[in-house]
Amino acid sequence: MNTVHVLLWVVYPYLAITILIGGLIWRYRYDKFGWTTRSTQLYETALLRWGSPLFHFGVLMVLIGHVVGLLIPKSWTEAVGITEHNYHFMAVFIGTVAGFCTLAGMVILIARRRFTGPVFAATTRNDKAMYVFLAAVIVLGLWNTVRGNITEGGYDYRADLSPWFRSLFYFRPDPELMTSVPIGFQLHVVAAFALFAFWPFTRLVHAFSAPIGYVTRPYVVYRSYGTRPRPSRPGWEGPPTLPTRSSSRGRK
Amino acid sequence: MRVMAQMAMVMNLDKCIGCHTCSVTCKQAWTNRSGVEYVWFNNVETRPGQGYPRTYENQQRWQGGWVRTRSGRLKPRSGGRLKRMFTIFANPKLPSMQDYYEPWTYDYEHLITAPSSDDIPVARPKSLLTGEDMKITWSANWDDSLAGGNEITAGDPVLAKVSEQVRQEYEKTFMFFLPRICEHCLNPSCAASCPSGAIYKRSEDGIVLVDQDRCRGWRMCITGCPYKKVYFNHRTGKAEKCTFCFPRIEIGQPTICSETCVGRLRYLGLLLYDSDRVAEAAATESEQDLYAAQRSVFLDPHDPTVVAAARAGGIPDDWIEAAQQSPIWDLIMKYEVALPLHPEYRTMPMVWYIPPLSPVVDVLRDTGHDGEEAGNLFGAIDALRIPIDYLAELFTAGDPAPVRAALDRLAAMRAYQRRGNLGETPDDDIPASVGMTSDEMDDMYRLLAVAKYEQRYVIPAAHAEDAHRLEKIATECSLDYEGGPGMGGGGPYGQGPFGEASGTPVPIQVETFDAQRSRQRADSLTEAGDPAQRANLIDAGGAGSRTGARPQKDPAGEGGDVTGPGVLDINRDQP
Repeated sequence: MNTVHVLLWVVYPYLAITILIGGLIWRYRYDKFGWTTRSTQLYETALLRWGSPLFHFGVLMVLIGHVVGLLIPKSWTEAVGITEHNYHFMAVFIGTVAGFCTLAGMVILIARRRFTGPVFAATTRNDKAMYVFLAAVIVLGLWNTVRGNITEGGYDYRADLSPWFRSLFYFRPDPELMTSVPIGFQLHVVAAFALFAFWPFTRLVHAFSAPIGYVTRPYVVYRSYGTRPRPSRPGWEGPPTLPTRSSSRGRK
Repeated sequence: MRVMAQMAMVMNLDKCIGCHTCSVTCKQAWTNRSGVEYVWFNNVETRPGQGYPRTYENQQRWQGGWVRTRSGRLKPRSGGRLKRMFTIFANPKLPSMQDYYEPWTYDYEHLITAPSSDDIPVARPKSLLTGEDMKITWSANWDDSLAGGNEITAGDPVLAKVSEQVRQEYEKTFMFFLPRICEHCLNPSCAASCPSGAIYKRSEDGIVLVDQDRCRGWRMCITGCPYKKVYFNHRTGKAEKCTFCFPRIEIGQPTICSETCVGRLRYLGLLLYDSDRVAEAAATESEQDLYAAQRSVFLDPHDPTVVAAARAGGIPDDWIEAAQQSPIWDLIMKYEVALPLHPEYRTMPMVWYIPPLSPVVDVLRDTGHDGEEAGNLFGAIDALRIPIDYLAELFTAGDPAPVRAALDRLAAMRAYQRRGNLGETPDDDIPASVGMTSDEMDDMYRLLAVAKYEQRYVIPAAHAEDAHRLEKIATECSLDYEGGPGMGGGGPYGQGPFGEASGTPVPIQVETFDAQRSRQRADSLTEAGDPAQRANLIDAGGAGSRTGARPQKDPAGEGGDVTGPGVLDINRDQP
């Protein structure tokens, strides 16, 4: 185990997760107003109607696949009688379908973003950078699924990659496990953690406001202005204080 | 019985001259920012006409409002909770920009900077979405006063419901104006459609608002609202809607549209209603019974049991008193001349309308009859099925009886008052023929014709103990908003790490004030340092800083006082 391994498979993931969580909290406190999907549907509907559901439903399936593949130990699935071959077949099949849906959706959405005038005009530099990370993660992931599993006949990521991932959450990280992982998967992991670190500072934050509560909420919401909470303050500063002589002089 | 108070409005359509002052002052107060160029919280539509956005009343297409299910319950027409969750990635029923219009400005700068030539330079229209040249083909009032003729009028979804013969005659004969704001419904379908729960109804005064910090831009409210009065700010990605000028209402001032109404046709006041009965009334089976059902929800503020229940429900005494003096109660419940707009949407709208009698009077006058004579008028109202049918489709889901009754009362008032005006003996048969006493008729006349400011707008202020929280009362420094100069921080607009739309929203009056000031004082269309591909014409006026939310002293120190108009310049006019 050398320094590079520790840096890549211990320090880097923890750093990324810390930035993800801290960034989300900070963004929520500082920027509730900017926390939105920034939808461009008003400008263009025809392409969005195909691209967006394709991408989002695809990516949700991919998410479920990752949860199953990374968090559920191999011994558990085998205990309920799913053989490695069956598991592998299902994972590759569903993963490939979901991955291609996601990719196709993303291609449609990016093309729409580039070639529809108003949508392109509403695209920020931040968005463009985000697309690079997002596309890298998705393309690498799909590449691994297709190439590693179909053409080169199978790699069992549940033997080393998944235990490593889980070890991060036990706070007993084991970088040794990652040394045997193929380079394609390694790149996918590195890109994914980069995306996680970038996540809170992009429009992707809307993923964390998926309106699950809507399903159980009464239709009409009442609120009283009498109980309107005082607005929270940006960032970490805490509640406002009256300016004092010294602080107002120092501020200049 | 759970008594709640609702701030409501009635508009007397006979008095609307279609001057659009309400729209313009509303825009100036609320939506003169970038991202909401196409947004008209208040607009004035010509009827018959397609409305704004085009054909919004065609609910087969736009799926707004509620429907009654077979089991007698209500659900949003565009689908219940689960269906909405599954269509959240691309709302299938969202109007596109083309259904409103593509906002634009003019390249005024070219008039001044164009090189000398034989031709007079022109200011070309530029899209505010892309910054490119564009061709103007539609706007908010493209069909104003029946402009565009039958071709456009034929697209009116309301007109499509009345019979063919009626339709053709109508187009030749009648026209009136319909000013529209958000209805602040008792049963708001926009709020019901909001997955984030950002749209709420204020429990004190019933005003429906969008919490800008909670809105996540799922844009379901736009589909949910059958009146299409929730708009999408395409810069911030958040929904915005008419606020009933709540900062003004809270301190007892009328809304801007009412305040500036040239015809003085708007009335504001409280209504008490039984909120426990709203859902049941909105689910009334027959659409034509919805008008009566909604009236049955309102509670008589003079009734001692209602007053006691209101007190028990925490409504302060001065609010109950205001409800007793409310012109809205009189117009809807006492004189029965005000009608709701499209009750068939089942949202229980709270901006009501007194139907216009003038089209009938005009026909009488044009055909050589005395348009003010009671007999003639009554006869004409009955004979001229045309306006009645059309108005009934607007106000009573097609039931002509309430419209006829309201017009009869207005006609009776006209004839009765004319006799008085001409010094003839008052004819008590006229009020009696519409079921009123002559005293009631006098009172109604006073309310409709000569009512003073305090009688038209009966608005109890919010309570002093809440005052420091109310937006418009400056007990806290008005610049002490998030990141404002009073806080010593960099403002969120333009300086936030996620661009201009990040941070927390600036209080609207601060932003509006600064945007306007910046526009009036700017020297060029282009803001220095603007990213080139982002349309730099995006501000509604074309000139000035599009992000000028934060007051900045101009460097020359010229015009240090912030209220001054700045240097006058011909290219500062808004399009």
